[in-house]
Amino acid sequence: METVPKLGNNVPPKKDKLQGKKKKPRRYWEEETTQTAAGASPGPPRKRKRNRELRPQKPKNTHSTKKSRISKKPQVPKKPRERRSPGPQRSLSGAQDPFTGPAPVPVEVVQKFCRIDKSKKLPRSETKIRSRLEAAEAQEEEISVKAARSELLLAEEPGFLEGEDGEDTAKIRQADIVEAVDVASAAKHFDLNLRQFGPYRLNYSRTGRHLAFGGRRGHVAALDWVTKKLMCEINVMEAVRDIRFLHSEALLAVAQNRWLHIYDNQGIELHCIRRCDRITQLEFLPFHFLLATASETGFLTYLDVSVGKIVAALNARAGRLNIMTQNPYNAVIHLGHSNGTVSLWSPAMKEPLAKILCHRGGVRAVAVDSTGTHMATSGLDHQLKIFDLRGTFQPLSARTLPQGAGHLAFSQRGLLAAGTGDVVNIWAGQGKASPPSLEQPYLTHRLLGHVHGLQFCPFEDVLGVGHSGGITSMLVPGAAEPNFDGLESNPYRSRKQRQEWEVKALLEKVPAELICLDPRALAEVDVISLEQEEKERLERLGYNPDTKPPFQPKPKQKGRSSTASLVKRKRKVMDEEHRDKVRQSLEQQPQKQEKAKPMGARPSALDRFVR
Amino acid sequence: MKVKMLSRNPDSYVRETKLDLQRVPRNYDPTLHPFEVPREYVRALNATKLERVFAKPFLASLDGHRDGVSCLAKHPKSLATVLSGACDGEVRIWNLTKRKCIRMIQAHEGFVRGICTHFCGTSFFTVGDDKTVKQWKMDGPSYGEEEEPLHTILGKTVYTGIDHHWKEAVFATCGQQVDIWDEQRTSPICSMTWGFDSISSVKFNPIETFLLGSCASDRNIVLYDMRQATPLKKVILDMRTNTICWNPMEAFIFTAANEDYNLYTFDMRALDTPVMIHMDHVSAVLDVDYSPTGKDFVSASFDKSIRIFPVDKSRSREVYHTKRMQHVICVKWTSDSKYIMCGSDEMNIRLWKANASEKLGVLTSREKAATDYNQRLKEKFQHHPHIKRISRHRHLPKSIYSQIQEQRIMKEARRRKELNRIKHSKPGSVQRVSEKKKRVVAVVK
Repeated sequence: METVPKLGNNVPPKKDKLQGKKKKPRRYWEEETTQTAAGASPGPPRKRKRNRELRPQKPKNTHSTKKSRISKKPQVPKKPRERRSPGPQRSLSGAQDPFTGPAPVPVEVVQKFCRIDKSKKLPRSETKIRSRLEAAEAQEEEISVKAARSELLLAEEPGFLEGEDGEDTAKIRQADIVEAVDVASAAKHFDLNLRQFGPYRLNYSRTGRHLAFGGRRGHVAALDWVTKKLMCEINVMEAVRDIRFLHSEALLAVAQNRWLHIYDNQGIELHCIRRCDRITQLEFLPFHFLLATASETGFLTYLDVSVGKIVAALNARAGRLNIMTQNPYNAVIHLGHSNGTVSLWSPAMKEPLAKILCHRGGVRAVAVDSTGTHMATSGLDHQLKIFDLRGTFQPLSARTLPQGAGHLAFSQRGLLAAGTGDVVNIWAGQGKASPPSLEQPYLTHRLLGHVHGLQFCPFEDVLGVGHSGGITSMLVPGAAEPNFDGLESNPYRSRKQRQEWEVKALLEKVPAELICLDPRALAEVDVISLEQEEKERLERLGYNPDTKPPFQPKPKQKGRSSTASLVKRKRKVMDEEHRDKVRQSLEQQPQKQEKAKPMGARPSALDRFVR
Repeated sequence: MKVKMLSRNPDSYVRETKLDLQRVPRNYDPTLHPFEVPREYVRALNATKLERVFAKPFLASLDGHRDGVSCLAKHPKSLATVLSGACDGEVRIWNLTKRKCIRMIQAHEGFVRGICTHFCGTSFFTVGDDKTVKQWKMDGPSYGEEEEPLHTILGKTVYTGIDHHWKEAVFATCGQQVDIWDEQRTSPICSMTWGFDSISSVKFNPIETFLLGSCASDRNIVLYDMRQATPLKKVILDMRTNTICWNPMEAFIFTAANEDYNLYTFDMRALDTPVMIHMDHVSAVLDVDYSPTGKDFVSASFDKSIRIFPVDKSRSREVYHTKRMQHVICVKWTSDSKYIMCGSDEMNIRLWKANASEKLGVLTSREKAATDYNQRLKEKFQHHPHIKRISRHRHLPKSIYSQIQEQRIMKEARRRKELNRIKHSKPGSVQRVSEKKKRVVAVVK
């Protein structure tokens, strides 16, 4: 294995002539110019602009301070304490605090942390429960504001790539980027020239620190790709179809020609799982500790790696399965089939949760983004489509590629990479939650061989490409989430921290039965079984204890309580109730009639029988 | 071209020396924390299981009495001191931290019927079957002195209960009638009766300190105002009430321990329907005591168990029993709201934790945070069937378990019979009476 870092000075001079007006690469902090970039990358720079807007500006006159602190009124439920001081407060030294009150929070950031869907109506409930729910909602809102405010503390900013006015970012070559960026980032671009062992599949570990790859001709290796320290390198003497890290970098699942094997980071074979045979694709669901395998025999098998049991073996009844991906938002497995459909699977169900007809020909590749809202598919009809996964499964955008994409991958910040032949195209969107716009690619790169595997490295601006010529690590500025969470997946964790994390992760292993399309369903009010329970209760009791008893007038205290007046009062209330009922029914009736009669129909003699 | 790559300085993420704490940068972005709800659910499930694993409420058994323990009293000033009276006329004072008896008095001949402490904690009163009320000093006699009461009042009838006023030097006894005594006098300031029956217990209201409640064997609960010469009102229930206890936080709420296996929480302003019926015992309820927070109370029963009820729930949240504990006669919740004491027939006083799975002792801040977090999770997911099943499960002795089954069948049969009666009679002629109203016979003012 040899590492060939691409350097800027071995660029052929021919190209320089072609691009006559090419400017010298410049670092982004060197000179601040006005942003008029027409060919600017659509994704990352926007956020920077917004950030700049949000930065509180020092007011010219002190009276407008209060208004400029809050960007919009309803977003902050608790008003900053305005009453206390008319102007900015003075301390003992006489210095003014120009930023009084809590920091401002932009609305869209608060929206990101909001967990309660207010459009959903709650079922009829007691006032006690309702008030409790309302209190919980208010608390939730306050929490989301606090969480949004904590975003100010995040240390890192995402990367970006912008062209000069008129310059297309897709024309920028890797060599140029390598030349422009700092040494540490330049070292992340490398090629492994491994022509001998055929097209490679690769996988990054969840922390983004480790890389494992396996070649068709049996070459399996794992390395810490940041320090370039090799962990193990073996030849399994069998075709390797796919390779996947399990929950930590210490375990490695390799789909070999016949069976599924599990190796540790020394390259020692720990298990040979013969119940999973002729596997084509692997997916690991880290929170459920499930290894999903798709086999040539058409079975989708879920293996629980924490106890070593097969949780479910589902027959997809669609022939050979070789396209599989997971939805990282809800752990649903997406399978692509040769009839152009993509089916969604959960281990709890024998049937697919949904089937989406995506293409006219067979499906070649599927990818789902990290928020679980968009799915990108490419098919034999050379189309690349992006679907909305929230309920409707409608295509949002589509485009025809000259060759069609064989491999797709989403990055953490919503960039879409597609491998077509020996070229990798990357598209960017407006941000994390928006779909990538397919008109203009953000970056393109030509490789030494045909693409066989694609994955964005988590928490690094790097795209790993396995191809027939080896492995390429591409620089894609703005691909990754800049700020990781230390308790979830920490690239810099120590051994102790990893052990601690492993124990905690195993303790809160989510049961496989909980995989469904909406992972928040568990926290919502179960209206269906509530109604069922209510019905059963009524049947059991034989009467409804909640119904209002008929009105019984109370006898008056001071001698005016004659039977006639009691009956009168009773009738009065009854009449009132009756009138209310009639009024309600009258209000509903005209709507019904309008619906029943089609517009412009001729009156028929049979209309008189219509009720 | 302008380019910026994500490039972190490892020094800002890795600790400098081994003596430092590990750096843990946080990012609360929901996309970095997927499966929030399922993971919380699993955490809640684990917390519930751990709660049941750590539920070991029994702390100590104080033995020494030579007959069944008939009454208990808390010291108003010292958490560690407890007084108990036995059926052979012996009174013992216990130190809970040492779990030892620190003083022993042969106070009466026959039963010690009631015991109560003075609000300043210097003395205590006992009543017994020998028709006397005795006042004792809390501290023992000095060297060479004999154990003697401060005062002794000889009465005409047997006193069955005693309670001291919460602020003034006044106490009340009950027997044939409710007597209110001044500490300095040997005859009662006033005596109040309503009907002719033996009154089994009398209790002062801790907030509205002039109010008194008593229960008598003619099935009624009578309320008195000390400032008036006559009783206020009374409610007659189906069966006899053994004791009542006032809620220390809500002045008008009290709970009555009844012979019909239930406890009734009443609002004294509206006695015609109880606020809540607490049913879970399978035999007569003998004693009840509120926690100082006023949110829970504990009840002792003839079925050899004690149960803890939340005030607003009709079912108990906890049941305590041991193989050796016999009929529990008296129960007290300690003033720090952490422990429960019960005195039973087989001469022992038992000390329990009020919260079965609570860790005793000083908690570190991380432990505290973890327990708080787990508590919140358990609350959030308490209605999920799997979690509910685990958190509700209690092991019961066979006798109680089979009694519960039997009583369930009986209750079902009664309900079915009532339904049938309504079904087969003229509509409207048989009125359905709610379960709460059924139990109250009458309210007299």
